[in-house]
Amino acid sequence: MTDPSLPRDPAGTQLPPEESSAYVRAVETKQPANVAPAGTGLTPAAKGHGPTSASRVVSSPWFAVAIVVLAIALPFIDSGAYTLRIATDALIFVMLAVGLNVVVGYCGLLDLGYAAFFAIGAYTAGLLSTTFGWPIIATIPAVVVMAVVGGLVIGAPTLRLRSDYLAIVTLGFGEIIRITANNLDITGGPNGLFGIPDFGDFGYRSDVTIYWFTAVVVSLAVIASSRLGRGRLGRAWRFVREDEDAAEAMGIHTYKVKFAAYVTGAIFGGLAGVLFAVHQTAISPPSFNFLWSALILMAVVLGGMGSTPGVVVGALVISLLPELLRGAENWRYLVFGVLLIVVMIFRPQGIWPHTPSEPASAARREPDPQPEVTA
Amino acid sequence: MNAVLECRDLAVAFGGVRAVDGLSFDVHEGEVLSVIGPNGAGKTSAFNCITGFYKPTSGSVSFRGADITGGRPANIAAAGIARTFQNLRLFGDLTVLDNVRAGMHVRLRQNAFDAILRTPRYRRSEQVATDESHRWLDFVGVRSDRTTQVRNLPYGEQRRVEIARALAREPQMLLLDEPAAGLNHGEKEELLALLRRISDLGTAVVLIEHDMGLVMEVSQRIVVISYGKAIAEGTPAQIRTDPAVIEAYLGAEDAEARSEAEQIAAEQAEELRAHENRARSSAQEEGR
Repeated sequence: MTDPSLPRDPAGTQLPPEESSAYVRAVETKQPANVAPAGTGLTPAAKGHGPTSASRVVSSPWFAVAIVVLAIALPFIDSGAYTLRIATDALIFVMLAVGLNVVVGYCGLLDLGYAAFFAIGAYTAGLLSTTFGWPIIATIPAVVVMAVVGGLVIGAPTLRLRSDYLAIVTLGFGEIIRITANNLDITGGPNGLFGIPDFGDFGYRSDVTIYWFTAVVVSLAVIASSRLGRGRLGRAWRFVREDEDAAEAMGIHTYKVKFAAYVTGAIFGGLAGVLFAVHQTAISPPSFNFLWSALILMAVVLGGMGSTPGVVVGALVISLLPELLRGAENWRYLVFGVLLIVVMIFRPQGIWPHTPSEPASAARREPDPQPEVTA
Repeated sequence: MNAVLECRDLAVAFGGVRAVDGLSFDVHEGEVLSVIGPNGAGKTSAFNCITGFYKPTSGSVSFRGADITGGRPANIAAAGIARTFQNLRLFGDLTVLDNVRAGMHVRLRQNAFDAILRTPRYRRSEQVATDESHRWLDFVGVRSDRTTQVRNLPYGEQRRVEIARALAREPQMLLLDEPAAGLNHGEKEELLALLRRISDLGTAVVLIEHDMGLVMEVSQRIVVISYGKAIAEGTPAQIRTDPAVIEAYLGAEDAEARSEAEQIAAEQAEELRAHENRARSSAQEEGR
């Protein structure tokens, strides 16, 4: 770039543009990864410190496809009742973590009462299917509606608050929902609801059907949340997380955007609640206590806030590790706790943190357009 | 000339402190207007009142004929006013391109379902966002890698990214709050050229700036604020010799200071003439 209107020293002789040497150096040293024209070498994984073959494999879309196929094929590999049980639990937990990731990871709203939406979903599905005899599939639209209503009712007063205050108020709402369920007759009080039907008879064992249904729903949810994070709304969430005032100044209605994140999280939580109700066949208030909210949040933080693959890994670790540690018997929660502390000390950014990057399609299409052309 | 923005008797008070106290001025279409004044005079507060970050206690702001007094910042931005901040307010963890895409937010036509389903509309709108972002980064002259986090960029580049983000809004009026702060000499020269290019787009530019060389060279008009009031308004030549301005900057009583101020003004004028000559010769080289 030798724009004659650009830097000059006071004597009027032209200086070489200041950054250009550094830029040229960057082109030379980082060419394939960073500054190449469209299409060459600019994969999301190829960012920063140079791609390793492992990270390239792991970040390719085929890797995700392989994981989904593996998850769906699990009953053919091991159809033991215990395996399917913990696998279904783990997948439901993945769904919760991915939903909370929209609220906490994308939008930066610390929600300590996320189990409230989980409870709303589970109770709506349970109530309609047991007391009113709806088939469980038919309860799903009602669950979505209730989750949205719950999100609006809780979100409207709380989302005007910032950070710490929001955390405390959501914590309170989480408890209110649980205590309400504990005290209403229609929700079965402390006994909860039982005899919740499954998805129906498809000629397979009931737990296999439930597992497959869960695997499909959770896979779709993971894909949806990941894609949502990249679009216009997903970007707006990140802008709000980074700097609310600057986002406002760009015309982003931050209150609406936060609401959208909160309601999206509520829908994910509500749907996870349906899966949970079917899987457990019985639900009661202690299933939705603060420990759940805390564990889901822990999965998000452990995996890497804002990173979909990270959060999936975090959720699997949090839900499966206590099972894998069963050999340690009464010590297992101690070991679990120590392992979590160790991970957070050595990888405070999470197991698989979000790396801001651009897809290959974000490379500049024209080789070097002149600034004047745009004027 | 039509006024894009009209501020009438704008006032904002924090407790007993009247940060802006009956400020009136107009911004004309396509002009470069500088707002100058001593530190604490209320320049940034005035910006914040116009853009909705502060609710004015009294007075009115109208933009292109519509009253926007006390509106929500997002709505004011959507109406066509973009701004930058005195201390950089970029989205540090996000990529350079994403930062500029923020400016395009209100212009992109896609919804959440488009993003989930990856519809053609989504792909199209993302491609437009990317291409336009590159265009604006080219326009302001960002040469760094645009796919890294913006906080890895040198300070001067970050300043330019912030301006690109505001321009991507395609505003009718751009408010720049001390864009030259912290820039070195070469970068200030680039900023000057950039301000002229922005002005050529037909965008009205309102500039808060302490660098008098830059202000005098780029502005068509200058408003001087002191204690929240406009004390003078006019062309750079008028402002340079205005006794009220010299008084505001240096105090009234001190005759010695005044003569010193006149001397400084003369020196500045001298410097400016040299500057203009250089600019003219460079413009001739370019052939514009």
